[in-house]
Amino acid sequence: MSGVRVLVGTKKGAFILTADGKRDKWEVSGPFFAGWEIYHMKGSPVDPNRIYASQTSGWFGQIIQRSNDGGKSWEVPGGEPEKGPEGFPQGQSNKFAYDTEGPDGKPLTTHQWYDGTQHPWEFKRVWHLEPSLTERDHVYAGVEDAALFLSKDGGTSWKELAGLRGHGTGPKWQPGAGGMCLHSILLDPWNPKRIYIAISAAGAFRTDDGGKSWKPINQGLRSQYIPDPKAEIGHCVHHIAFHKSKPNTLFMQKHWDVMRSDNAGDLWTEVSGNLPTDFGFVIDVHAHEPETIYVVPIKSDSEHYVHEGKLRVYRSKTGGNEWEPLSKGLPQKDCYVDVLRDAMAVDSLEKCGIYFGTTGGQVYGSSDAGDTWAPIVRDLPAVLSVEVQTLK
Amino acid sequence: MSKVRVVLPFHLRNLAGVSADLEIEIAGAVTARAILDAIEARYPVLRGAIREHGTLQRRAFLRFFACEQDLSHDPPDAPLPEAVASGKEPFIILGAIAGGSTSK
Repeated sequence: MSGVRVLVGTKKGAFILTADGKRDKWEVSGPFFAGWEIYHMKGSPVDPNRIYASQTSGWFGQIIQRSNDGGKSWEVPGGEPEKGPEGFPQGQSNKFAYDTEGPDGKPLTTHQWYDGTQHPWEFKRVWHLEPSLTERDHVYAGVEDAALFLSKDGGTSWKELAGLRGHGTGPKWQPGAGGMCLHSILLDPWNPKRIYIAISAAGAFRTDDGGKSWKPINQGLRSQYIPDPKAEIGHCVHHIAFHKSKPNTLFMQKHWDVMRSDNAGDLWTEVSGNLPTDFGFVIDVHAHEPETIYVVPIKSDSEHYVHEGKLRVYRSKTGGNEWEPLSKGLPQKDCYVDVLRDAMAVDSLEKCGIYFGTTGGQVYGSSDAGDTWAPIVRDLPAVLSVEVQTLK
Repeated sequence: MSKVRVVLPFHLRNLAGVSADLEIEIAGAVTARAILDAIEARYPVLRGAIREHGTLQRRAFLRFFACEQDLSHDPPDAPLPEAVASGKEPFIILGAIAGGSTSK
């Protein structure tokens, strides 16, 4: 029997929502890690029962959690007490140590601060965990301050892929309003050496050699709020997405502007079209239709809530430019929530399901590709992230 | 060997999987560093959650108290009060909070 498991990270804990393939009756479990910020949770495509979670706190720092039973129980990798007189090597699953020397030997010490001065790189939290497509124990972490780490032991220890910060523009990267976070990681299913990442506010980058070297892929982006609107880096990319069958076609929700690229990010064109506003955070792609994409327009970067008090998902079946509002089942009056960058996901059941969470604590689902919506749960803490696993 | 009582904040108790105060045995001088070393050895999950990895500096929003004294800024190798070393008073680790008073 098929089913879905929706992994919800919130400001005050994690929740897991489960349903069978009909997706009309839901079971809510949690809170897990109550009181902690759960920036992201994601399951391994190799073993769906292996789930990774990023648990963070301003007081206590970063914790990595791992489940081997689909979220019923959790462990901190390497967190067991030492045993025996010699002990054994302990994991330091929350130790994200930046390389201080780049691949070319030049020091990697600072990035640009808000006031234009240079500022040391300081680890703050893990924003996004991306499990490998082929190895159960391999998982990537996108962190703040922006860097990419890889664990090959199930999250027990982490090593930076320092070529990203070391390719030359690192000292020009600067934090966005939410911090300088690496929030998007896309693993090309057809080319294991190719990875896309995106950073706010540096832009999008691509590696074609498994993370050794990286290339900024921001040509075509225009950002009025930076000194050079066409700069190679400095763009506040909010999220990127692709369809697994067409990994050279990328979709981007930038700070303002919805963009697409048909050449693996080498050139972007704007596809905001008839959207009521093209500011937003999430963007995602239908599981079976590579040209059907979804965004949630947000009024502006000064007013982080939906336009006109109406919660509407916008769908384009043409890969952008022509958008239709999807509002059946969503509040169309007095609604002032936001939908954050990692808070939308799609399942891969025959009729594609779509899920998103709001800063008001609602998680909405659609089992008909967005035509109609219903709340799965209404009163969670503010939702930071939503992922879904399709269980077969 | 000294038996020292340690009070952890709610979230660190949950993380370590303990429901009450810790009782830690310390060989040698009872200092903040010795207590934290012993805690992290017994509960590796707390590494990095009280002190930063590498520098072993106290995390900015945590405080150390004992015998109604704020010991947060004392040198980590300074001997703690005898009442802590004898187990009479606990060594308290808590999250920094703003404002409030119990006496009016």
